[in-house]
This record gives sequence, C-alpha cells and structure tokens, in this order.
Amino acid sequence: MTFSPKTVLLILFGLFSAALAPVVISSKFQLDVLTLIFFTAYIGQSWNILGGYAGQFSFGGVMFFGTGAYTSSILLTSFGVPPIIGIFAAIFMGAFLGLIVGYLSFRSGLRGSYFALITLAFAELLRVLANSVEFTGGGVGLFLTYAPGLHNLQFNSPTGFYYFSLVLLVISLAIAMWLERSRFGAQLVAIRENEDAAEALGIDTLKCKVYAIMIMGGMGGAAGTFYAQKYLYIDPPISYSIALSVEMLLVTIVGGMGTVFGPLVGSFFLHTVNEFARHFIDTPGVSLIVYGFILILIISFLPNGLVGLFRKKRKKKDDNDA
Amino acid sequence: MFLEVLSLFPAGIINGLMFGAIYALVALGLTLIYGVLHIINFAHGAMLMLAMYMAYFLFKILNIDPYVAILIVTPAGFVFGYTIYRWGIGKLSGGRDQNILLITLGLSIILENSALVFFTGDQQTISLAYSYEAFDLGFLYLSYPKVISFVASLAICLLLWMLMTLTDLGKAIRAVAKQREGARLVGIDVEHVFAVTFGIGVACLGAAGCMLLPIFYVDPYTGNIFVIVAFTIVVLGGMGSIVGALLGGFIIGITESVGGLILGESLGQVGISLIFILILIFRPTGIFGSKV
Repeated sequence: MTFSPKTVLLILFGLFSAALAPVVISSKFQLDVLTLIFFTAYIGQSWNILGGYAGQFSFGGVMFFGTGAYTSSILLTSFGVPPIIGIFAAIFMGAFLGLIVGYLSFRSGLRGSYFALITLAFAELLRVLANSVEFTGGGVGLFLTYAPGLHNLQFNSPTGFYYFSLVLLVISLAIAMWLERSRFGAQLVAIRENEDAAEALGIDTLKCKVYAIMIMGGMGGAAGTFYAQKYLYIDPPISYSIALSVEMLLVTIVGGMGTVFGPLVGSFFLHTVNEFARHFIDTPGVSLIVYGFILILIISFLPNGLVGLFRKKRKKKDDNDA
Repeated sequence: MFLEVLSLFPAGIINGLMFGAIYALVALGLTLIYGVLHIINFAHGAMLMLAMYMAYFLFKILNIDPYVAILIVTPAGFVFGYTIYRWGIGKLSGGRDQNILLITLGLSIILENSALVFFTGDQQTISLAYSYEAFDLGFLYLSYPKVISFVASLAICLLLWMLMTLTDLGKAIRAVAKQREGARLVGIDVEHVFAVTFGIGVACLGAAGCMLLPIFYVDPYTGNIFVIVAFTIVVLGGMGSIVGALLGGFIIGITESVGGLILGESLGQVGISLIFILILIFRPTGIFGSKV
C-alpha cells in the first residue's frame, strides 16, 4: 500500500490537531478521556500486529502489559532505575516473553482457538505467579511514589500524559504503516490468509510469527510502564486482567483488523459508546453489555470492522464515478 | 514437616476426587460440544454462573433444595442452550472457528455483565440444614454436600454415556460428529442435532451449577474460575472424549487439592495453567484423544 498525497495530508492534519488539542481543550476530564482513547488504541495496535495482520488471535495479550509494568516498577522501587530507562527494559522483557510464548506455542503448531487459549493460560499463570512471589509485592501490589519529571515519565498535569500517550500512538501507527509497506508485513498477511500456502512459498512462518508476537510484546511492555507511571499502583489482578486482554482485541476487531487505523477508530467508537451509556444509565456493567453485543454484531456482519464499512462505501462511490 | 504433609495426602486426594467429579461434569458439556460441533464455547463459564444463580434464587425464593433443583435447572439449561445455538450462535457463525470463539466471548461478556447489573457483584452463598453434617472417615470429615455432589455427578456422567451409546439420539449425535455430510445424506437433521448437542452441553452445566452452589459461592465472575479448569480437563482428556473428561476431571481435582497442600493455596493454582500449557505444547491431542 502506498499513500496518496491526500492520505499524507490527512495524516499530517490529524497529527497537527492532536498536537494542538491541549491548547483548545481546557477540561482535564476530556483530556484524560483522550489520553485513555490513545492508550487503548496503542495497546489495540499491539494486538493488531499479531491478530490483525498475522491472523493469530491471542486472548492473553495483557501478559506483556503486566510484565512491562512489573519490570519498570521493580527496577524503580528496588534499584532506583528511572522509568525513562526502565521503559526500555520493559520493552525488552515484553519482547522476550513474546519470544518464549511465541516459540513454544507456534513451534508445536498451535493455531486458531488453541493459540488463543494458550495465551490466556500464560496470562493466568503469570498472574498467579505475581501473586505468590516476593519481589512483585505479592497480592499487596507495588506503590510508586509521585515525583513528576520526564526522567520518571510522570507529569504534574494531564497534558503531559496526553503527549506521552500521543507519542506511543504515533509510534504504533508508524509500525503498522511500515508493516503495510514491508516484505515482512506481506509475509504476515500471507500467513493469515493461508498458512500452508505461505509455508509452501518458502516463508519461514515460525520465524515471522515469533517476530510478530515479539513486536506485540515490546509494545505491550511499554504500555505497562505508561500505566504504572500514570496510576502509581499495580497489583496482579490489574497487571494481568482478562478485561484488558479483551479490550485490546475488542477495539481492533470493532475498528478493523489488519488496518493501520482500525484500533484508533475502534477505540474512539467504543469510548464514545461508553460515555453515552454512562450518561444515560450509570450502572457498572451496562457499557460492557453493549460492547458484547457490538462484538457479536461486528464479527457476524462486519468482519472488516468500521474501517471496512468506510472503505466499502468509498469503493462503491469510486465505482459510480467510473 | 514432610511427613506431616504426606499424612495429609489421602485426605487431599479424596477431597480432590469430590471436586474433580463436578469439574468433570463442567468439562463434559464443553467436550461434548467440541466433539460434535468442533467449536469452543468460551461462554461455558458464564453459563455455569447463570445456572448457579438460578439454583440460588430457586433456593432463596421458593426454598427448593439445590439437589432437587437439578430437576429444574438441567432442563432449563437444555432449552437455553438449544435456543441460543439454533437461533443465535449457529446462525451468526460464518465458519472460521476463531469467529465462534469471539462470538461466544461476546456472549460471555453480555451474560457476566447482565448478572452484574441484575444480581450485583456481591458473593452469594447458601447454607443447607445438612451443610455441616459429615461422614467421619477417621482421617477426614466428608461433608454431606460434597458426597452427594460426587455421587450425583458420577450418576449424570453415566446417564450421559448411556444416552450417547444406547439411544437413537446418541447414535445420531455420534454420526454427525464423525461425518456430518454423510449424516445429512441418511436423513439426519444436522442443524437440529447440533442444537440438541449444544443443549445437552449446557444442561450438564445446569446440573453442575446446582451441585456447586452448596459448596462454593456465586458471583458474576465465578464462571471464570471454572473456564480455564474446564479447558484444561478437556485438552487433558482429549477433545470430545467423555471418558477423558471424567478422568481429566479427577486428575485436575487431585492436582489442585494436593498441589494446594504442598505449595499453598495461592501457588497451587499454578498447577492447572501449567498442565494446560504443557499438554497443549507436548501432546495437543490429550491423553485419551485420538489424532485430531
């Protein structure tokens, strides 16, 4: 996929307005919602690399997030390593975990539902371990001290975290764009469409899939550091929550799997739905019920997600023009 | 110290067997659905949770003993399962198994959060008149509910086995599982058999829910605890194998209870996820499963 001048302009415009948003938006709450939208889009994109492009659905994507969160937080609390260095350790640990999980499961030929379930089991295993061992703080969790500063990746205003999430988001979009244009990305898509055929064509499918899960792991690791520095507390149920595993696949599937902007679109859409649902019925669980229905409807009737809807319309329009 | 733990082993094993029988029942529903429809029902845990709530309200409002409620909740489970497959999952699934996994994931999110909205997140437990009575085995007190659950679970497994081997319906189900096109050709209504199988799978949960209630708690997320356990049993016993599910249930029940004795309650849970991962990696067809 090459980018037309129109697309490039659109992207530049988007970046520009995103960068200026804090100037226009004075409400801390709205800025926080935007931060959350970007963060979810970012972590959704990490799922998208393996799930959307390579077609390997994971139900335990949260394991990289949790491992990253623990890595940088333990480095900070026990060894005094500042999170700006810790985040790279988190990325490394996330990718390393991806290597282990990916190699073990893909080497034994796990596909489809089996792969989804084994990732869920890995996440559960890590949650129980984090709960039982000493150096993670066990069930009590880890408290981080509030000390704003770039070296701590902590900021004294929501604007700082907003830009932090924007940087993460832009990096994730750049990775997805690179995938769309690179040979590696094409190999992943080939694996998604027909793994046996891809193998027959000489693609080292094991290696490609392991690389993909390592990218996912690295991205998840950084997300963990972001979360820990923003909320200053982590414990095993937060760090390895099934809910986050579900959220990252949800925004991607709703937005459009295997597309650059799918996770962002899905994240915007679902957070808007969430705010609306909260506005009308403020009972916990209601928006999740709506999410469940949206997931089922999208899977059944709109397999390419909301982005696919937009594309279909545009294609129809192009056909009419011609 | 070591000897002390060792002396607890027989009690641990028997406790594990008791829980294992109920686990087996939960896994039986899952393995049956997988064996015939080749789909993984991720909403299995959420459906179990619903069954437990139904038994709970039958007890609280109508004062029906959970073991009697089996006669109500099990058929209700069948109707629920039949309906939701015939006019829901079956219609919406477009073939790929990951899609069904995601649809049933969506279903479980809906069921769990509906329970949260309507029944609140509080943990509910019930206590029966005979909850605290127990058989004295010398080295161990076995509470009545546990023993009743154990026997009833085994009886239901036996009934299911008889249904599958001795009746025409069972024959039809096995035919569809082996060769769905062939079954269609000889006049079996395959869609109906699919829905019936799904219904039977959920009916197992109805029974399991009633038997779990007196010895466990229920809240909207109870099902999650059993999902991984059930999947582990199913892959351990081999997808689609009834005997495998039963033995797998016992193995997991004992592992959990003995593992808890040795490693402590919290770390003992590691055993289940670990078994699941190891089996999938080294022997994905399970111990009793034939080649997929």
